Amino acid sequence: MSQTDSPPRRGANAGRHSLSGTLERVLPRLVVAPSFAVALFFVYGYMIWTFVLSLTGSRMLPQYDFVGFEQYARLFANERWNVAATNLVIFGGLFIVICLILGLVLAILLDQRIRQEGVLRTIYLYPMALSLIVTGVVWRWILNPGLGIQSLVRGWGFEDFTFDWLVDPDMAIYALVIAAVWQASGFVMALFLAGLRSIDDSLFKAAALDGASLPRVYWRIVIPCLRPVVFSAVMILAHIAIKSFDLVMALTGGGPGYATDLPATFMYAHTFTRGQIGLGSASAIMMLCGVLAILVPYLYSELRGSKHG
Amino acid sequence: MSALEIRNVRKTFGTTEVLKDISLAIDSGEFLILVGPSGCGKSTLMNAIAGLEPVTAGEMLIGGEDVTWRTPAERDIAMVFQSYALYPSMTVRQNIVFGLEVRKVPKAEREEAVARVAELLQITPLLDRKPSQLSGGQRQRVAMGRALAREPQIYLFDEPLSNLDAKLRVEMRTEIKKLHQRLGTTIVYVTHDQIEAMTLADRIAVMRDGRILQLGTPDEVYNDPADIFVAGFMGSPSMNFIRATLAGQPGSYRLSVDVGGEQPLVLPWPAERETPALVRHVGEPVTLGLRPEHFSEEDARLGDRIEGTLLNTTTTVVEPTGADLLLRVALGESEITVRLGPKSRAVPGEPIALRVDMSRAVLFEPETESRLA
Ligand SMILES: Nc1ncnc2c1ncn2[C@@H]1O[C@H](COP(=O)(O)OP(=O)(O)O)[C@@H](O)[C@H]1O
Ligand SMILES: [Mg+2]
Repeated sequence: MSQTDSPPRRGANAGRHSLSGTLERVLPRLVVAPSFAVALFFVYGYMIWTFVLSLTGSRMLPQYDFVGFEQYARLFANERWNVAATNLVIFGGLFIVICLILGLVLAILLDQRIRQEGVLRTIYLYPMALSLIVTGVVWRWILNPGLGIQSLVRGWGFEDFTFDWLVDPDMAIYALVIAAVWQASGFVMALFLAGLRSIDDSLFKAAALDGASLPRVYWRIVIPCLRPVVFSAVMILAHIAIKSFDLVMALTGGGPGYATDLPATFMYAHTFTRGQIGLGSASAIMMLCGVLAILVPYLYSELRGSKHG
Repeated sequence: MSALEIRNVRKTFGTTEVLKDISLAIDSGEFLILVGPSGCGKSTLMNAIAGLEPVTAGEMLIGGEDVTWRTPAERDIAMVFQSYALYPSMTVRQNIVFGLEVRKVPKAEREEAVARVAELLQITPLLDRKPSQLSGGQRQRVAMGRALAREPQIYLFDEPLSNLDAKLRVEMRTEIKKLHQRLGTTIVYVTHDQIEAMTLADRIAVMRDGRILQLGTPDEVYNDPADIFVAGFMGSPSMNFIRATLAGQPGSYRLSVDVGGEQPLVLPWPAERETPALVRHVGEPVTLGLRPEHFSEEDARLGDRIEGTLLNTTTTVVEPTGADLLLRVALGESEITVRLGPKSRAVPGEPIALRVDMSRAVLFEPETESRLA
């Protein structure tokens, strides 16, 4: 009896299985689809729209009178854009180099098995937890000649002391570097510290037996081991530099004049306040190209690395 | 004069004493092996010898000179680590010469050293590779090459073969032995593998909980162990420890072992192995130590008589290892391990007649685990 019964039952089971199996396969896609579509539209859709706009003569409102690459030509002839691009090179370069050096030095010092390491690590990392707006405001006060360091030191009796980078058009960009380094170097330190901690302790022992001094051990053996960390850190810092907008807005507002404009603030000013949507879009696309120039090699090496691993 | 002498060395980390009064002396050209279970302080002792960790108390002499407070670089010692500790960013060649470079050895001499070491260890084709491009065995060779290049007074090896697979481990073991015989270097070698210790050492120091329990030749440590721990640690499969009661008087001591039946098994203690201490333990429980190879099979088909006391028992498990046969046989409530030749016809569950060779047996005090006879 049971034997004649079983085949249809098994068949029914199989049918139910395949139905629930289909559901199981489709459901996750159904759930993810809306957010995926939204992301697709708002990220890539707007990216394409921006590119389209950069080819038009749009001013206050988007128009579709295509002018080819004329906006790009205007952009590169624009004095303010050239200042912004130069600023980015100065700011980005100094920011990355100083963050790397400072982060590495802090990490090496913190790696010497000192007491209270946890507390120090938190203190160094804390700036990264702040919003760049807060950092900007804080440093605007600290660097303000009338309120901050300058007035403090003058208050101590050094009447000739001047520290007015924030209002000096030639130096304001370096004030920006100070605030950005303060914000990010603790994070870079954490990256390096993790890298240092992953180094086999017996490497230090072997080097000590070989007679190498500590600076030499770091220079010849440890720092070369940190190459992948340096690479990641540069990627992240370059990103922060190119996208820097809030810090500039909070600290200098792009001023004095447009001395501390960066491409991001340039783009914002032209697109949203000066009625130059076409020009602003062109600058946005140039920034995108900058980010891609950094990102693509990074992703390429990452993906290749994971394929090997 | 000893190549290395350690006098009453202690080492504490915080409140835990990891090395408790270690003393030993190593002759020039000697191969000393420190063996013991994980965590007994072997690496700590190595680090102390190398100068990587300052000792809490005691003295250390290398070639007769007090080096207790010298830095690792000033001690003229090279070390091979379990993880090899090759400098990852340097090629094999750079790894080998780094120590010489730091010591400002002229370039010609450095190149000579690389050539010599590379040929010795057959790593010449690997010289321009990075450590990440080498196999485990090749890294091991490079690590040894780095140590050999400097020609130090003493070589330290901290579990150098533990990361290799079984076959390679045996190969490298032979190679290290050959190397030692050829170069006559002084070596202190740490391992937790007692077979490695037995095969390589001139002398073995068996350690436990920060103490050296016994220091002797492999033969002494194996056949004349100082206590139950050493006896159990050396040898695989381990020595059998059998509860027995001592009876008789000097000249005719006997051990009676409860084997479950009405009659205990009575084993006569050989007169030549008597010690004065035995007389105080007559009538008291003792621990009898018999190695698996101290048993042999009484085979009626083999006409010749074997010496020893007859033990009639039952086989419970048979484990052929190829070269010989390991049996578990019942002895009262417990079981013991017996090693027989491969020709044995032992079958699980069947009775078996064994002869016990008491001339190599050892006796321990059960409470203190120290040796009685
Ligand atoms: N730097 C240290 N600080 C505290 N305890 C340590 C330190 N190094 C080793 N120990 C302890 O000392 C004991 C012996 O360690 P070790 O010498 O590495 O043993 P092994 O014989 O396995 O090489 C272990 O219990 C370990 O926890
Ligand atoms: Mg160890």
